[in-house]
Amino acid sequence: MAIFVNENTKVIVQGMTGSEGTKHTKRMLKAGTKIVGGVTPGKGGQIVDMDGALIPVFNTVKDAMQATGANASVVFVPPKFAKAAVVDAVDAQILLVVVITEGIPVHDVAAFYAYSISNGKTQILGPNCPGVISPGKTNLGIIPADITGPGKIGLVSKSGTLTYQMMYELRDFGFTTAVGIGGDPIIGTTHIDCLRAFQDDPETEAIVMIGEIGGDAEERAAQFIKEYVTKPVVGYVAGFTAPEGKTMGHAGAIVSGSSGTATAKKEALEAVGVAVGKTPSETANLMRKILNG
Amino acid sequence: MDLFEYQARDLFESHRIPVLAGAVATNPEEAELIAAKIGGKVVVKAQVKIGGRGKAGGVKLAENASDAKEKAKAILGMDIKGHIVKKVMIAQAAPIDSEYYLAILLDRANRNFLVMASVAGGMEIEEVAHKTPEKLARVGIDPNTGIDKSQAIEIIKAGQFPTDVVDQVAEVLIKLWEAFIKEDATLMEINPLVKSLDGKIIALDGKVTLDDNSSFRHPDHESLIDHGSTNPLEALAKEKDLNYVKLDGQVGIIGNGAGLVMSTLDVVAYAGEKYGVKPANFLDIGGGASAEVMADGLSIILRDEDVRSVFVNVFGGITSCDAVANGIVQALKILGNQATKPIVVRLDGNNVDLGRKILNEANHPLIEQLDTMDGAAAKAAQLAAK
Repeated sequence: MAIFVNENTKVIVQGMTGSEGTKHTKRMLKAGTKIVGGVTPGKGGQIVDMDGALIPVFNTVKDAMQATGANASVVFVPPKFAKAAVVDAVDAQILLVVVITEGIPVHDVAAFYAYSISNGKTQILGPNCPGVISPGKTNLGIIPADITGPGKIGLVSKSGTLTYQMMYELRDFGFTTAVGIGGDPIIGTTHIDCLRAFQDDPETEAIVMIGEIGGDAEERAAQFIKEYVTKPVVGYVAGFTAPEGKTMGHAGAIVSGSSGTATAKKEALEAVGVAVGKTPSETANLMRKILNG
Repeated sequence: MDLFEYQARDLFESHRIPVLAGAVATNPEEAELIAAKIGGKVVVKAQVKIGGRGKAGGVKLAENASDAKEKAKAILGMDIKGHIVKKVMIAQAAPIDSEYYLAILLDRANRNFLVMASVAGGMEIEEVAHKTPEKLARVGIDPNTGIDKSQAIEIIKAGQFPTDVVDQVAEVLIKLWEAFIKEDATLMEINPLVKSLDGKIIALDGKVTLDDNSSFRHPDHESLIDHGSTNPLEALAKEKDLNYVKLDGQVGIIGNGAGLVMSTLDVVAYAGEKYGVKPANFLDIGGGASAEVMADGLSIILRDEDVRSVFVNVFGGITSCDAVANGIVQALKILGNQATKPIVVRLDGNNVDLGRKILNEANHPLIEQLDTMDGAAAKAAQLAAK
């Protein structure tokens, strides 16, 4: 089993006709993702040839869902229009919206997240995230599909390339699902949401959790692990040597005063029995030891 | 982007939040002129983006304009926790009756906005929250509904403000909310918000952080950027649209993806302990690592006089390693004689075999390839050792 998505997930791509949307729709199709439509306001009725697959375009998510039975969406719409795209998806009550777009104003994210909660149906993943992959089944977003195959590890990470690095390090074991939740200050799906889903997924045997400096999401995840997770969890936190007050790439990755440091996060995780690696390779080795007994 | 106090003051004023007369000066003469214009006693305040300036002697009361000049002379050039004072704000002095606290900020944990209001102002709000939590109201605000008058009054009452100021402060809160939304702020803090002896509510000091992602709808925010205190290499990187942060070590770092680059800094720092070297910078070349981006990145890093070796750490996701390899080779061609420092490269992921082959065939004397991140970090640290 996989979390959030599986081989039956029917996917639409919002912003499919843009250059990023087109490029990644082709990649996702190649990885076996069931893409059933695209959404670009004003371009409804067109059919786009994606390397041989003919994909219909709709004006709204609602139209697309009615015509195709889609239950998930991937958003490649530019920052300026991303809020409208997510609101459209929430209005249509789609189950999952994966927001790949980087650079969305945080007020827009706060607004569409609150809207999704009041609507009650839609789960948002991201924004500014690489998406979610269940190797061999489906791939929603931009995670390379050929790093590793299906297996027994669940992975949740704020960072895209660290997700790839960790999938690569543990490619001999494979993954049930890898989720990139994104590094923005406000995100729709958290470490905790993923930890809960992995705990509840019978095929996931162990969990890798990758965090980074800024905020206190890792500390809250540690508390949740203590209360809920019985499967082995291995952790990694990036940014031990990051100086205070400098934003490290992700909008949310900043150490301010004594809060948000990697050391505090590592200590919080270790206090609840999570083995935390100093480097990605050490983290992979900790997981290897657990899985090899 | 964090604003200086004087910028926060001006922004508040433009949203009709009550502030005192004040303006910024970069030299003592200017300070004197401003003080003369304001008239009477003024406060000379160091403009630095760090707390604790009062304790460091960065805030002084001046009796008159010529005194303001002297006080400005004393404060300008001061080093406050590593921040050199280049500007002072000259502000009207006001007799104060009481000090309060009011702020709106982004609440990451609850994924909404948070209003904090307290009758106890003029000190660190963390201290109030710790010692007298009953005096601090913390109320989450739905971004889609905002704050209306009755809710504002409720919040201010919960912050234990005296009855006679509740209406006035609630009005300030509503204006602060409007400013927070209109300016795409992630923090607007008034501390202290004061009641003057004649009963007026005034924002005496403010902290504002604006969301950089929103700059496309705020062309006016461009003028708030403090070019003066930006590191010259950081300014150059910004011009080239590169995500670069200058650090104080000797190993230049280039990677793709913020998380991987942060992780690379850590791995290099650990490996460098043995040699007494540290990472010299953070540089994320992002998804599209073209030859040009690589050349821009390398040229900025090689301009850093502290750099003794460079570590290029790429995991090809969407980026293919052959594009990165071509980028490095072409960058070295473009840079020619400028490139003098050894470059350790670790490629993995998308099209790695072709990428490694391109670098092998280029056979450049400065390039050395290693298979793993840890191994390459150790090599780069060793090469940076003196």
